[in-house]
Amino acid sequence: MSVLTRDTVGRAGGRSAPTGSAPHRRRGWWTTRRRDQLAGLLFVAPQLVGSVLFVLIPLGLVFWYSLHEWNVLAGTFEFVGADNYQAMADDPNLPSVLRVTALFSIGLVVFNLSLALLLAVLLNQRLRGTVVFRTLFFSPVVVSLVAWTIVWGFLLQDNGGVNGALGVAGVDGPNWLRGDWTALLSVIVVQVVKNVGLNMVLFLAALQGVPAELYEAARVEGANAWTRFRRITVPLISPTILLTSIITVVGSLQVFAQIAVLTQGGPGTSTTVLVYYLYQRAFQFHQFGYGATLSVLLFLIVLVLTVVQWRMRRKWVFHEQ
Amino acid sequence: MRNRLTAVVALTALLGLTACGGDSAESDGPVTLRMTTWSANEAHLKLFNEIAAEYTATNPDVAGITFDPIPFESYTTTLTTQIAGGNPPDLAWVLENSAPDFVTSGALVPLDDTLKGAEGYGFDELAPAATKLWQADGKLYAYPFSTSPFGVFVNTDLVKSSGAQSPAELIAAGQWTWQNALATAKAVQAETGKAGLVVRDFDYKGWDFLSTVWTGWGAQAWSEDGRTCGFNSAEMVEAMTVLHRGIFVDKALPGPGTTADFFAGEAGMTITQISRASLLEGQKFGWDLVPLPAGPKGEYAVIGQGGMGVLKQGRNAEAAADFLAYLTNPANSAKLAQFFPPPRTSLLTAETLAKTNPLLSPEQLQEVVIDGIADGVVKPSHTGQAELNQAVRAALDPLWRPDADVRGVLDGVCTAITPLLAK
Repeated sequence: MSVLTRDTVGRAGGRSAPTGSAPHRRRGWWTTRRRDQLAGLLFVAPQLVGSVLFVLIPLGLVFWYSLHEWNVLAGTFEFVGADNYQAMADDPNLPSVLRVTALFSIGLVVFNLSLALLLAVLLNQRLRGTVVFRTLFFSPVVVSLVAWTIVWGFLLQDNGGVNGALGVAGVDGPNWLRGDWTALLSVIVVQVVKNVGLNMVLFLAALQGVPAELYEAARVEGANAWTRFRRITVPLISPTILLTSIITVVGSLQVFAQIAVLTQGGPGTSTTVLVYYLYQRAFQFHQFGYGATLSVLLFLIVLVLTVVQWRMRRKWVFHEQ
Repeated sequence: MRNRLTAVVALTALLGLTACGGDSAESDGPVTLRMTTWSANEAHLKLFNEIAAEYTATNPDVAGITFDPIPFESYTTTLTTQIAGGNPPDLAWVLENSAPDFVTSGALVPLDDTLKGAEGYGFDELAPAATKLWQADGKLYAYPFSTSPFGVFVNTDLVKSSGAQSPAELIAAGQWTWQNALATAKAVQAETGKAGLVVRDFDYKGWDFLSTVWTGWGAQAWSEDGRTCGFNSAEMVEAMTVLHRGIFVDKALPGPGTTADFFAGEAGMTITQISRASLLEGQKFGWDLVPLPAGPKGEYAVIGQGGMGVLKQGRNAEAAADFLAYLTNPANSAKLAQFFPPPRTSLLTAETLAKTNPLLSPEQLQEVVIDGIADGVVKPSHTGQAELNQAVRAALDPLWRPDADVRGVLDGVCTAITPLLAK
């Protein structure tokens, strides 16, 4: 960055200044080094300002709000200390919400990563038509999430397209979005099909970086396809597996639109995940202080999971060994 | 040194941004008012804008009034988020189910003095049945601009082709009961393949719309004082049993996860508010509007309400209250009556309403609208309604299965909401 900066600034200065002037005057405090630093900072400033304004300040405010009882309608904002945290510890709904969140995340991560890897391996072959399939599997990623979910909502209705297709095959499909476990399964599948293309592309890129001679050597040694996959492919693409698993875990904990559009947390509370519960508490029940407390919990869960994954990388990620 | 530079750059940028987004200080010049509504209907907005233009023409202190439609499904959530975000509207429509929260929290400005003080307002002619929900401690916190009874719209073509007795025939014979209504609905479904009877906006989530059914059995979601759960009463169990049989055995009502829009010709009958009559304009099928069928407790009516209030946290509460008095004065109420049944007794006559409701006959207006407003039970509402809503919806979900134990599920609803009712 600094090399590029010095170069760019120098050239620009050269063009604008008439010959014979002193472009590199060093007058005390305003040294080249400082000027480079300022240029560098200006380059990162847009990102920095964005992060401060829209991430760090709101994050700080969430902690602050979680210590308050905030009645939006009455316009009152009272400091209550740790009361909201105590209420969270006593919240009878929370265990069920956390259980659903865990089920959802585990289901999503396992299903998404294994499907993405399978598709990537299949599409990594030199066969006709792979480009078409790659495009096909990737296209849902660029579709608007809400539009995607609404269409799936129609398809998953009792008299919708999915059951219509099953009916042709002679199968009497369940009422997907109204059954306890089928609702959660439906939301997971809708989300996986939407995003599996992204992980697939990342895996594809990683697979293409695996040197062919390693496979040749293994073949000479008599290793079969499964062994080659397990001993060569998986270790060599493990940095990508780490990356995709972190992205997918974090993403799975933040799922909201799918739940809001498809099930509204029902039937019963079988699809009420933490983010949706937080939304209900804060925005529907007007309990902004308690909603902020739940956000802090979500933040801590994401933080802990990410740190754990990051620490574990030394154990199984190839380049970290 | 680097740290100091970082701080300087960040601070400068921050100041620049806040200067752009900052609110200009309150000025003494004319103000602009904003009202949130849940209707994006062009005809509604056109009328509002006309009344607003007349108002601003004679009130130089108000430069303009904007009407800000918010989708019905997320209306209250969006409104409270706007308030929380420091951007409250000056005036807002309030749904009946959030009326207790808004009225008792102190979010709204009391309107009595402004309305009574407005020239020729006729405050005393507001029907007590209509204003009851919007009062606390003897003060009126929102004007019930719409008091709209629920009725049954009938697709006469579908009913005719099913060969079943039409609601009009049943009414003439004095047999317009739930039992016969469900029989007609069952016949429509069996003969035409379309949905029989749709409780509009219920969709197995908006359970409060089922009060249009269970009130016929004399059941209530909770007692008048809001303290005792009514879901496991004998009346409620009976009403829900009939409904459950209608859905899962007779298929008289479409089951969960099935959509059918009456106004698109997909259902024989629908229960909804008469303010939806405008959706029938230009429809190809024949239709009728009749009162709700009689239940075991006899004839009954259910009303849904909308109030208009002035937000205390708004910047121009005084000007907003003054505009509200103008918007709801007798002359403008008469104009609004074409869409929203007014709370003014002088306007609640079949003749007046007929002038502005050309789609409905004087008999329909008298039977469904005027009688409905006089005798109607307002849809259930309670403080903390959103939380109650969610708790009831979740606890009722097990009922919407063919093999449900009605009594057991309803006991479960009471177990779930009793702690909330006590709050």
